[in-house]
Amino acid sequence: MGKGARELRARACWAAFLALPTWVPLLQNVCLGPSDKNTRLCARTYIQDRLHLSRHRCYVLGECEVLKCRVDSCEQLLCEANTVLKCVQEDSCQRGIYGRLVCTDFKIAFLGDDESALDNDETQFKNKVIGENDITLHCVDQIYGVFDEKKKTLFGQLKKYPEKLIIHCKDLRVFHFCLRYTKEEEVKRIVSGIIHHTQSPKLLKRLFLFSYAAAAQNSTAADPKNHTVMFDTLKDWCWELERTKGNVKFKAVSINEGYRVCERLPAYFVVPTPLPEEDVSRFQGHGIPIWCWSCHNGCALLKMSALPKEQDDGILQVQKNFLDGIYKTIHRPPYEIVKTEDLSSNFLSLQEIQTAYSKFKQLFLIDNSTEFWDTDIKWFSLLESSSWLDIIRRCLKKAIEIAECLEAQNVNILLLEENASDLCCLISSLVQVMMDPHCRTRFGFQSLVQKEWIMGGHCFLDRCNHLRQSDKEEVPVFLLFLDCVWQLVHQHPPAFEFTETYLTVLSDSLYIPIFSTFFFNSPHQKDGNVGRESQDTQSKPLNLLTVWDWSVQFEPKAQTLLRNPLYVEKPKLDKGQRKGMHCKHQRQLSLPLTQSKSSPKRGFFREETDHLIKNLLGKRISKLINSSEELQDNFREFYESWHSKPTNYHGLLLPHIEGPEIKVWAQRYLRWIPEAQILGGGRVATMNKLLEMMEEVQCLQEKIEEKHHSQEALQAEATSLLRNSVRLSSLFPFALLQRHSSKPVLPTSGWKALGDEEDLAKREDEFVDLGDV
Amino acid sequence: MSLLRGLLGMDLIGTWVRLFLSFREKLALLDSALLLDVPLGVISRIEKMGGATSRGENSYGLDITCKDMRNLRFALKQEGHSRRGMFEILTKYAFPLAHSLPIFAFLNEEKFNVDGWTVYNPVEEYRRQGLPNHHWRITFINKCYELCDTYPALLVVPYRASDDDLRRVATFRSRNRIPVLSWIHPENKTVIVRCSQPLVGMSGKRNKDDEKYLDVIRETNRQINKLTIYDARPSVNAVANKATGGGYESDDAYHNTELFFLDIHNIHVMRESLKKVKDIVYPNVEESHWLSSLESTHWLEHIKLVLTGAIQVADRVSSGKSSVVVHCSDGWDRTAQLTSLAMLMLDSFYRSIEGFEILVQKEWISFGHKFASRIGHGDKNHADADRSPIFLQFIDCVWQMSKQFPTAFEFNERFLITILDHLYSCRFGTFLYNCESMRERQKVTERTVSLWSLINSNKDKFKNPFYTKEINRVLYPVASMRHLELWVNYYIRWNPRIKQQQPNPVEQRYMELLALRDEYIKRLEELQLANSAKLCDPSASPSGPSQMMPHVQTHF
Repeated sequence: MGKGARELRARACWAAFLALPTWVPLLQNVCLGPSDKNTRLCARTYIQDRLHLSRHRCYVLGECEVLKCRVDSCEQLLCEANTVLKCVQEDSCQRGIYGRLVCTDFKIAFLGDDESALDNDETQFKNKVIGENDITLHCVDQIYGVFDEKKKTLFGQLKKYPEKLIIHCKDLRVFHFCLRYTKEEEVKRIVSGIIHHTQSPKLLKRLFLFSYAAAAQNSTAADPKNHTVMFDTLKDWCWELERTKGNVKFKAVSINEGYRVCERLPAYFVVPTPLPEEDVSRFQGHGIPIWCWSCHNGCALLKMSALPKEQDDGILQVQKNFLDGIYKTIHRPPYEIVKTEDLSSNFLSLQEIQTAYSKFKQLFLIDNSTEFWDTDIKWFSLLESSSWLDIIRRCLKKAIEIAECLEAQNVNILLLEENASDLCCLISSLVQVMMDPHCRTRFGFQSLVQKEWIMGGHCFLDRCNHLRQSDKEEVPVFLLFLDCVWQLVHQHPPAFEFTETYLTVLSDSLYIPIFSTFFFNSPHQKDGNVGRESQDTQSKPLNLLTVWDWSVQFEPKAQTLLRNPLYVEKPKLDKGQRKGMHCKHQRQLSLPLTQSKSSPKRGFFREETDHLIKNLLGKRISKLINSSEELQDNFREFYESWHSKPTNYHGLLLPHIEGPEIKVWAQRYLRWIPEAQILGGGRVATMNKLLEMMEEVQCLQEKIEEKHHSQEALQAEATSLLRNSVRLSSLFPFALLQRHSSKPVLPTSGWKALGDEEDLAKREDEFVDLGDV
Repeated sequence: MSLLRGLLGMDLIGTWVRLFLSFREKLALLDSALLLDVPLGVISRIEKMGGATSRGENSYGLDITCKDMRNLRFALKQEGHSRRGMFEILTKYAFPLAHSLPIFAFLNEEKFNVDGWTVYNPVEEYRRQGLPNHHWRITFINKCYELCDTYPALLVVPYRASDDDLRRVATFRSRNRIPVLSWIHPENKTVIVRCSQPLVGMSGKRNKDDEKYLDVIRETNRQINKLTIYDARPSVNAVANKATGGGYESDDAYHNTELFFLDIHNIHVMRESLKKVKDIVYPNVEESHWLSSLESTHWLEHIKLVLTGAIQVADRVSSGKSSVVVHCSDGWDRTAQLTSLAMLMLDSFYRSIEGFEILVQKEWISFGHKFASRIGHGDKNHADADRSPIFLQFIDCVWQMSKQFPTAFEFNERFLITILDHLYSCRFGTFLYNCESMRERQKVTERTVSLWSLINSNKDKFKNPFYTKEINRVLYPVASMRHLELWVNYYIRWNPRIKQQQPNPVEQRYMELLALRDEYIKRLEELQLANSAKLCDPSASPSGPSQMMPHVQTHF
C-alpha cells in the first residue's frame, strides 16, 4: 500500500466522519501514480477529475448522481491501473478490451478505452448506480490471482503479483483482468488496493453509505408513490393490526421507544393484549411472544427469542417462573391453543445454510467454457450435493406445515429461535407470502420485508459480512428467503405483482452501499448511527436512501420489468378502505377434514408449558404433543387437497415441493454465463409476446376511444404499431450479450462411464451376420 | 397408483376398443369417479397377482404394465372367478398378433373431415426443397423396393450417379441402405445425406464404387472440398462393428472426408435408461434425492448427446458450409434422430404442424424406423430386445427444443403427447409396421386412418398461441444439463401428486388478449363504418360503445 493511498484513505475516513464535502485540498497532495496523457490525474483537483471521469459513464454513480453530487461528491478514487485487459468470453474464444481499472471507496470499476463500445450498449435495463463493469466493494466475494497459469486465492500482503486478476462477485459475476501489459508499479498498487479495500475488516462508520448520504443531503425527496410501510412508527403497526384484524387480541406497544428496553427489538412492536408491558423489560424482550401476523380466522403467528442460557439454578428458577407467567397470560381465551415451533433445534441450522450456499454458488462462478462443460455432465449430482435446493424444499415444507396449523387446525403458532432474527424472519415471512395475498403485491412484499426482516432485526450487516469482520457470520438467510419466494413466483406466475427480475435486483441491492436498508443489524444500530438525535451538532441528521425507492436504480422504463404483466389485481368490492384492504381468502379452503381442531384440549398448557420451559432453558425436550406421524398425515392431506383444486391467486398459495418441482433460479444464478444463454428463447420469449400483445390491445383501446371523439378516420393499421421485436436472450434483462453470433454452443466434454450398462453398450443394435467377415 | 385401490365395478364397454374401467377410490377425498382410459395398444404386459389363498384386498387381481409409463393394478373380488375371464379377454385383445387377430387400426371406422394420408407427398416435399436441381435427381429405382426393402420408393441421389452405380454402392452398405439426400440447404446448397454403415469388416474391405459415390456427393458442394461424415455411434462401437462385417469410413479409403463419432449409445442402453426413469417416478417420485436419481438414469445425458450431435450436423451444414453424411449401424434409429432434429433446427417449415408431420412421415416412417419392432404393436413379448424408446427420445428432444424456444413451434406440448399416445394406441395406421414396403403390402393407407387426420381436423387444439413464424431462423438449443429437464408432463403425468397439467397461465392470459384484440379490431371496423355512415346521415343515433367496452384488467 503506497503512502499516498494510505493518506487518501485516512482522509476519506475523516471526510466520511465529519460528513464534510470532499474538498479540493484533500487530494491535492496525493499522487496516484503515473497516468497517461489524457488522464492526468495527479495534482489535479478532485472536481476536475470527476468532471473528466464523468465522461466515462460508468465511473461516477450514474448520470443523475453526477449532477447532484458534483460539488460535494462522495466517491473517492483510491487507486488505479492503466492498460488493463478485461477478458471477455465470446463464442468460446477469449477477447480483450483495454482500459483502466480503478478502485474507489464505493466500487471497483473498469473503464474501457473505447468509449463508443460502452456507449452503444442499448440495454433497456440499465442500473443507474452500478454499471456493467462496476463491482461495489461489498459485492466482491473472492479474489484470485493467476500465477504461471495457476489460480490462487489472494488475501493479505502479497509477495508476488499475479499476471491476471479474477474477481468473483456475490451477484455471481466473474471478472478476468489481465495485468500483463500494466506497469508493475500500477499492478502492485491496484492489486493490493483492491485486496485491502474489499477484504480487510472495516468500521461501520466507514461505510460508503455515510459519505454518500452526507453528500446527497439535499436531494432526498422520497418517492411519493412509495406506499411501503416502514414499520418505524406506532401507527404503522396499528395499521397492520387493523389490516389483519389482529387488533382484537393484540396491541402495539411503544415501551421500547429509544430502545430503552432492548436493542434487538424495534422501537414499536405488537404483543398479546393481556401481556403486562413491564414483562417486556424483564429479560430485555427475550421470552416475550411477539406478534407477526394474524390469519383471517384469528389465529396468529408469533415469534419469541429464547431466554439467555444460565447455569445458575436460582436464575433458572426465576426464568421458569417468568415463562410460566407469560404462558398463563396467553393460556386464556381468546388465544386457545398455541403450538410452538422450535426453529433452533428441530429445523435447519445456519451452518447448514452457509455450507450449502457456498457449495451451490461455486457451481455458477465459472471461469471459462471448459469448466462449464466439465461440470455439465455431473450437474445434477453437483446440485444435489450442495443441498441448497433441498434446504429450499425444507423451508417451503415448514411454511406449509405452519400454514396448515393456522388455516386448517385453528392453532396459533409460536416460532422460537435463539434471537428470533434468522429463521424466524424466513419462516414467518414465507408463511405470510403464502397466506396473505397482500404480501404478494409489490408494496405488500416490501412492507413484509420491512416488518419481518428490517424491524425484525435480521443482522444484515453480519449475515452479508459487509464489514468483513467475520466470515463465520456470513449466512445468506435473506437470499434463501428470496429463493423460496422465487419458487412460488415460478410455479404460480399470476399470483405476484412483481416479477422474478424484481427478486433478482432486490438480491443484488444487498450489496449496494447507498441504501441503508440492508446495512444494519437492527433498527437500533441504524438509529444510533444516523441518529435522529445525532450528537454531532455540526452535521444534520443523515438522510439515508431506502432500497424501495427503485427510481434510484432504474428509469421508469426499466422499472416496468419489475412489474408482472400477468398479475391481475383482486377485484375490489368495497371502496371504503383506502390503504391496503384486508384481503380475506376467497377460498376458505373447503377442507372436508379436521373441522377446526379446537377438539381434545390435550392438556396442552400444563404439559406443553413445561416442555416449552425446559426447551427455552436450553435443555432437551421430548417430542411435541402431536406425534410426528399425525403431523405428516395432516400435512399431506392439506397439501394434496389444496393442489387438487384450481388455484385462486388471491387466496392461499402453496408451492409444489416434489423433487422435480424445486428448480434453480436460473435468472439469478445463470445470468452471467454465456454458455447458458438461449438466444431468442426461454420464458422471456413468451413474456415478450405477451407484452407486445398488451401494447397492441391498449393501442386499439385508445384508438376506439379516440374514434368516439373525432370523426376523422384513422387509417393506421393495428399491426403497424407493433415494435419490431428484438430477439432477446433467455437471460434477459441481464445477459451481457456476449454471444452475438448465431453459432451454437457445443459441449466439449465427453461421456461419463455408464457403469453397469457397459455390456449393453457394447451390444449390436440388432445382431445380424452381415456375411463375409 | 396408490389411489386406485378399491375397485367397485369393472365393465367392458361396447366393443373392444378400449377397456373402460370405472371405480371409486375407497378412501376417496373427492366423491367423484375416476375414469380411466387405457387404449389396449398401450398395454405391454398383463400379470395376475395374488392367488386364491392370499389375503387382503389388494393382493388378488391384475397388474397391467403400460408402455406409457403407467402401471395399473386392479383388485378383484375373489368370488365369481371373474379374474380369469378378464385376464383372457384382455390378453387376447391387447396382444392381437399372438391370437392371429388384426390390429385395432384395421377395424377402426372413425371418419375425419381431413385425410391425413395426403399430408406427405415425397415429390412435393422434395420440390419444396428445390429438388431436383442440376446436382440432384429423383430416382424411382426403388419403386418395387428391390434396391433396398427398408427404404422408400422414391429417393434423391446425386445427378452424376447412375442407377447402376447405386446398385453397386448398395452391396457395400448394411441392408443396402445407400447414402441418399434428406435435406438441402436452400442457400448454400449443402446437403444432409443419410445411410447405413459401410461393410468394411475385419479385413478392412474397400469398395471403389462407394468411395466414388461419396466423392460425387462431396462434389455437389463447391464451397468446401471436404465431406463431413458423422457416425452416430461411440467410436468403440464402430470399431467393434467391424467384427460383424460393419465398420466406418476410414481416412485412407475415403479421401477428402472428415469423420466424427457422436457417441450416442445403442437401443439397449436407451431402453434400460428409460426403465430407470420409470423406477424413479413410479410408484413414488423421489424427493430429496431426486437430482442424483435423475442423473443415474442417464436419460437426460442421452438427450444431451443426441441434441449435441444434431447441433453439430446443423452447424456444419449451415455455417460450416459442408455437406454431411450421417449414419449409425443400420441408419434407422440414431440416424433418423440426428437428421430429423438437424432438419428441425435448420428448416423452420418443419416447426409448423404440417411440417412436423411431414418430417416424421419422411425421416422416420418412410425411411424405415422399425416402429413395429421398437414398440411391439400388438405383440405380447414384452421383453423383446428389439424394443426401444428411440422415437420417444426424439420427441423428448423436440420437447426440450420447444421448451427452450417457446415461440418457434406452431405446435404445443399436447401435440407431442398426442403423437406419443398414438404411437402405442394402435388406433391409427401411422406408426404400424417397420417400413414402407410392408405398409404398402398391408394397404395401410387404404385400410386404416392416419393420426394426422385426427390432428389436422382439430388443429386449434394443438396450436401454440405464441408461435411466431421466422423463416430463416436456425434454432440451436443449448445442450446443457442446466437447461435440459425431465418432461414431467409426460413421464410423470399419471402421478396424482405431481402438478396436474393446468392450463398455462401465460398462455391463458395471451389467449384472452388475443380475443380482446380481435374484438377491438372488429369494433374499430364497425366504428369506421358507422362514422362514414354518420357523415352521410347526421341523424344517426350516437352509440356509446365505450361504456360497453371491456377494459384490460392490467396496468400497462
